[in-house]
Amino acid sequence: MITLSIDNQEVSVKKGATILKASEKLGVEIPTLCYHEGLPPYGACRLCVVEVIEEKGNRIVAACSFPVEERMKVVTNSDRVLKRRKMIVEFLLARCPEVKAVSDLADKMGIKKYRFKPKNEDCILCGLCVRVCNEIVGTGAIGFVNRGKKLRVDTPFHLASDVCIGCGACSYLCPTGTIEMELNAVKRFRELLGSEHKCRYALMGLVSYKVCSNNYECWKCKIDQRIRDTLETHPIFAAKEIKTEKVKRYLSFLKKIQE
Amino acid sequence: MSNKKIITLNDLECLREKGLSLIYPDKTKISVGMSTCGISTGAREVLQSISKEVKNHKLDCVLGQTGCLGFCQKEPLVEILEPGKPKVVYAEMSLNKVPELISNIANHKIEKEWALCQIIERYSPKFPGIPLYQDVGFFKKQKKIALRNCGFINPDSIEEYIAKGGYFALHKVLNGMKPEEIIDIIIESGLRGRGGAGFPTGKKWEITKSSKGKIKYIICNADEGDPGAYMDRCLLEGDPHSILEGMIIGAYAIGVDTGYIYVRAEYPLAIAKFTQAIKQAEEYGILGKDIFNSGFSFSVKVNTGAGAFVCGEEMALIASIEGGWSGPRPRPPFPAESGLWSRPTNINNVETWANVPVIIDKGAHWYSKIGTVKSKGTKVFSVVGKVNNTGLVEVPMGISLSEIVYEIGGGILNNKKFKAVQTGGPSGGCIPGSLIDLPVDYERLTEVGSMMGSGGMIVMDENTCMVDVAKYFLGFLEDESCGKCVPCREGIEKMREIVAKICKGEGEVGDIELLEDIAVTVKETSLCGLGQTAANPVLTTLKYFKNEYDEHIRNKRCPAGVCVDLISYSIDAKTCTGCGACVRPCPTNAITGEKRKLHSLDQEKCIKCGACYETCKFDSIIVK
Repeated sequence: MITLSIDNQEVSVKKGATILKASEKLGVEIPTLCYHEGLPPYGACRLCVVEVIEEKGNRIVAACSFPVEERMKVVTNSDRVLKRRKMIVEFLLARCPEVKAVSDLADKMGIKKYRFKPKNEDCILCGLCVRVCNEIVGTGAIGFVNRGKKLRVDTPFHLASDVCIGCGACSYLCPTGTIEMELNAVKRFRELLGSEHKCRYALMGLVSYKVCSNNYECWKCKIDQRIRDTLETHPIFAAKEIKTEKVKRYLSFLKKIQE
Repeated sequence: MSNKKIITLNDLECLREKGLSLIYPDKTKISVGMSTCGISTGAREVLQSISKEVKNHKLDCVLGQTGCLGFCQKEPLVEILEPGKPKVVYAEMSLNKVPELISNIANHKIEKEWALCQIIERYSPKFPGIPLYQDVGFFKKQKKIALRNCGFINPDSIEEYIAKGGYFALHKVLNGMKPEEIIDIIIESGLRGRGGAGFPTGKKWEITKSSKGKIKYIICNADEGDPGAYMDRCLLEGDPHSILEGMIIGAYAIGVDTGYIYVRAEYPLAIAKFTQAIKQAEEYGILGKDIFNSGFSFSVKVNTGAGAFVCGEEMALIASIEGGWSGPRPRPPFPAESGLWSRPTNINNVETWANVPVIIDKGAHWYSKIGTVKSKGTKVFSVVGKVNNTGLVEVPMGISLSEIVYEIGGGILNNKKFKAVQTGGPSGGCIPGSLIDLPVDYERLTEVGSMMGSGGMIVMDENTCMVDVAKYFLGFLEDESCGKCVPCREGIEKMREIVAKICKGEGEVGDIELLEDIAVTVKETSLCGLGQTAANPVLTTLKYFKNEYDEHIRNKRCPAGVCVDLISYSIDAKTCTGCGACVRPCPTNAITGEKRKLHSLDQEKCIKCGACYETCKFDSIIVK
């Protein structure tokens, strides 16, 4: 266990934990946009920056990815930290002035206007969709294309993906609502995936059905609806981490309805 | 192939003899500097023409090629070595000079006027009237360690590298030295990473060695992308084996059996030379399984980049080798703990690797005597811009900027006033003329707001607008930012927009404060080194040249006469001789006038390209 202080409160966490995890334990709120507990830290939005007090001068680090150290002193709300965060939110606000998640954040921080040319983008490039698709689902249907100010999320060559399983995890995680699920998209996969007509939850490894009785119209499927209601997160996270109590309960529930 | 395998010291000595007979053949040897810098000024054509002329004269001589001697300004360089005589280096050889040169050789005559210098290596009698290599201003203050063989050997020949003492350090290492001993020597030598950050190399090796895991990797970072920097390219093209030897020694010390070199695809010649070096080393058993029968095996793979500057950042480089989208990831964990395919990985720059064999050979003490307290050894800089002698120089740490600019660089072009020197590439900073006596080492450069970087040094004269310089570097970084983190992607773009606005004369009061605010945010909160240093061009120009920003914003004037929206050209009625020289270069025919009479310039037509200003010999074109 490692003991550190965050905003003058002591906390002990496991070795290797991040500052963000430690502050969660204390109930200290640090804003994030690109962080999700089911995914490895990414460190792209830089909104979670905090100040680490050090003898040779304080350092600004990203709380989501910086591991805790023994007797570390962290300040999450110093003037310096707040000033940097405000500038970052101002950047984002100029990029996506219409996006609710960003304007809510700006309101919360007291930012009323931005001093830059607006870009009217809808994606903040947090990378949650790309990461869940590649690292959790394992399909790699979407990825980053280009770099710098031309960076965008897309399918290869901007063509309809033939590996997408329609799990909807990208859409579920998207904080700006940029990625929408097409209702009959899942139905489309029946043609794409050849003779083996697995439904999307079968493709995720959650159910063993090989043939769908609802003609691949997921919104008619009872299991589909129940899965969403039972879990508080997207089912793909349950499929990959079958250790927690909640997931175990969920799996036994799945078994029952299949019987 | 196996019969060629070197095992004993005697085998190596045999090859050394063979190499020496190649370097100093028993007949006249003509070599042409065939690095990219030479080829771009016509070295290939010169070599072809020489070979034609040699046939015409039925000369019995050896034709060869070398790497870059460093004096790129004077390329193409041709070296002539007659048996028993010093080597004469001829500078700025062109096709029309070749026939005379060859006929002179045929008649055993020396063309003193074309000779740059003579190099005495084996034979002492000198040619009168030709300066010695070590007396030429450009070479005088240099101390070549990493560049020891560049321009002195044929990079295509492993034997010539061995003749200069190459692979003897490796032989020593693999025959009785413990890995810990090697790391201790490197730590003691004080060698620090030459890629820019200056992390102690030995320490890095030690961390990688002590990291958990059976499989580890080493990587040579040759993704040199700074505008105006080409040290790594010249090393790879001129002496690839020195890097390879350094890597094998490092691999043995750290306990690694696979190494990678990541070279940018824009360096085709460097890739070719290094690939060839790998093949040659494999043939002699210097690379591969059971090197020198020591039980140690090592192989090197060449990986070409796809043109992203950010891949010079170690995490992005690793992502690129792994085949992924090249973006950095948060550190810690550092690559020494979890790098390539999540294995401990040691990454060093080309120049760092090239230094390793010499340190092993001559000892840590010898190396640590060179340089300053915290920065040991030498550093290669590419001195470019408005200096008389542009080229690649290797100087001891602690040498002053003025020595580099005035003594090695030969002063400012056209006797203009020195204004600033930009070090460290696009992420470095501009050091003003008032700090010209600054000793060059890692700490001092960082103190003044710049950095060592990989070693680019761009000299600027009084006709350089510092706001325009900041705009240029911001534009470069804006294009090269990977776009992953918000401050770097959005912040650099915003800074570039503001600086561009100021250059256009649309700057407002408050812009400088906003610029400073953004710069600090980008510097402190960015994910990787690219973003963390991206604000340096802005911060240093604001620190040392704030008056120029003020002039642009308040008086809508560009003091250096560069920003096209703020200047106008006119002709000085008093000094114009009506020579007409400015009429021809003008692309829009804005200048008219009769011969020997005052010319006039039509402001409507003028596109402010400055062509007339460059041509006028009487300083009659005025920039306002």
